[in-house]
Amino acid sequence: MKKSWIIIGVVGLLFLFMVFSLVGSYNSMVTKDEAVSGQWSQVENVYQRRADLIPNLVNTVKGYASHERETLEGVVNARAKATSTTIDPSKLNAESIKQFAAAQDGLSSALSKLMVVVERYPDLKANQNFLELQAQLEGTENRITVERQKFNEAAKDFNTYIRTFPRNIWAGMFGFEKKDYFEATAGAEVAPTVQF
Amino acid sequence: MKQLFILLIAILTFNNLKAQDCLLDQPAKQDLVQDYANIISDEEEQFLRQKLQAFNDTTSTQILVVTVTDLCGYDKASFTYTLGENWKVGQKGKNNGIVIMVKPKELDGRGDAFIAPGYGLEGVVPDAIAKRIVENEMIPYFKSKEYYFGIHQAVNVLMEITSGEYTADEYAKADWTKILIPFAFIIVVFLLVFISTAKKAKDYSIGHDIPFWTAFMLMNNSGKRHGGSWGNFTSGGGSFGGGGFSGFGGGSFGGGGAGGSW
Repeated sequence: MKKSWIIIGVVGLLFLFMVFSLVGSYNSMVTKDEAVSGQWSQVENVYQRRADLIPNLVNTVKGYASHERETLEGVVNARAKATSTTIDPSKLNAESIKQFAAAQDGLSSALSKLMVVVERYPDLKANQNFLELQAQLEGTENRITVERQKFNEAAKDFNTYIRTFPRNIWAGMFGFEKKDYFEATAGAEVAPTVQF
Repeated sequence: MKQLFILLIAILTFNNLKAQDCLLDQPAKQDLVQDYANIISDEEEQFLRQKLQAFNDTTSTQILVVTVTDLCGYDKASFTYTLGENWKVGQKGKNNGIVIMVKPKELDGRGDAFIAPGYGLEGVVPDAIAKRIVENEMIPYFKSKEYYFGIHQAVNVLMEITSGEYTADEYAKADWTKILIPFAFIIVVFLLVFISTAKKAKDYSIGHDIPFWTAFMLMNNSGKRHGGSWGNFTSGGGSFGGGGFSGFGGGSFGGGGAGGSW
């Protein structure tokens, strides 16, 4: 009689312990999952910030270099494409991140082409408005780097959490999957060759 | 064998030096003015430090001025905001830190300056404003090697535009504890004295057939002869008012800011 009570007690305690650990890890997974989504919107925010600077930039450049029509149009088109590509944070995966990155990289290269063209116009380069826009653009590029890095850190934190024992079992049960990272652009790891 | 030993030491010290070389890898030094490039005189440094500490005490906004000789291979922007992020300049939640980085021109023929505001100050110190401060307030002085004036000007402008943004509510809270701690201390001392006297009085009243309260009163009266020692207790409270820098508070940086070269 007494023995069976002890067994029931031990089993009950074990069960309670399991339930608590399960609830705890589930809640942590949700928190970390939300952190990744939140950080993703932060990434989209800074890209949006860059896109918002472009109309002003294009107008300023147009005032000095109106016959660089092709380059300016390239920037405007790339911007339109980049702003139309957004990802729902709940559908973040390698594929969608790649699409997003490709659209944004299109804008990056169009912008760098514009900056090369600008070098030919000393008046424009001395324009206060242009200088400040350039400062904002540089600052925004820095912000993009930072937020992308923070996104990858959040994703890494989540992945490490759900893939360590015993949470890897619960994670499978609750349907949490490994998050994909925002990889560097294909080819970005190769330093450009300079030819004279 | 001896040569091998020397070589080993040489390698170890070299590694040590290399690891210590980069400011970004070091733990945060809790100081608002850090002149590693040695371009500000000691008195000026002290004055600037007091000014920045006072600003931190009243507004909780932390401005870190750091002059360096080496950017560890980073560009000026990422060096500055990474330093702010790693050292957590600014208050947690408010993210109201600013890092002003200056690398003088003498070292490699290129002078760099950068102002990086934390997340919470990107609104009042947008990139264009940071750029203007660097170009108009700092670089003209830096060109004539008047580093202190340039930095001082920039700090003044930054204080002016950020002063309305945050108030030091933590500071008010800290003030209360500063008052309460000596108070609690005095009360505890009083209690201890009361208890010990009461105990003595109790022992005395049992032995001498005198009521407890009478004995207690007697004890207290006799204690007055030693009253001179009381003054020592209150003097202990003086050390709570110390005005040092309380340390960086956990601010975060998002990569904003702007800089210039000369």
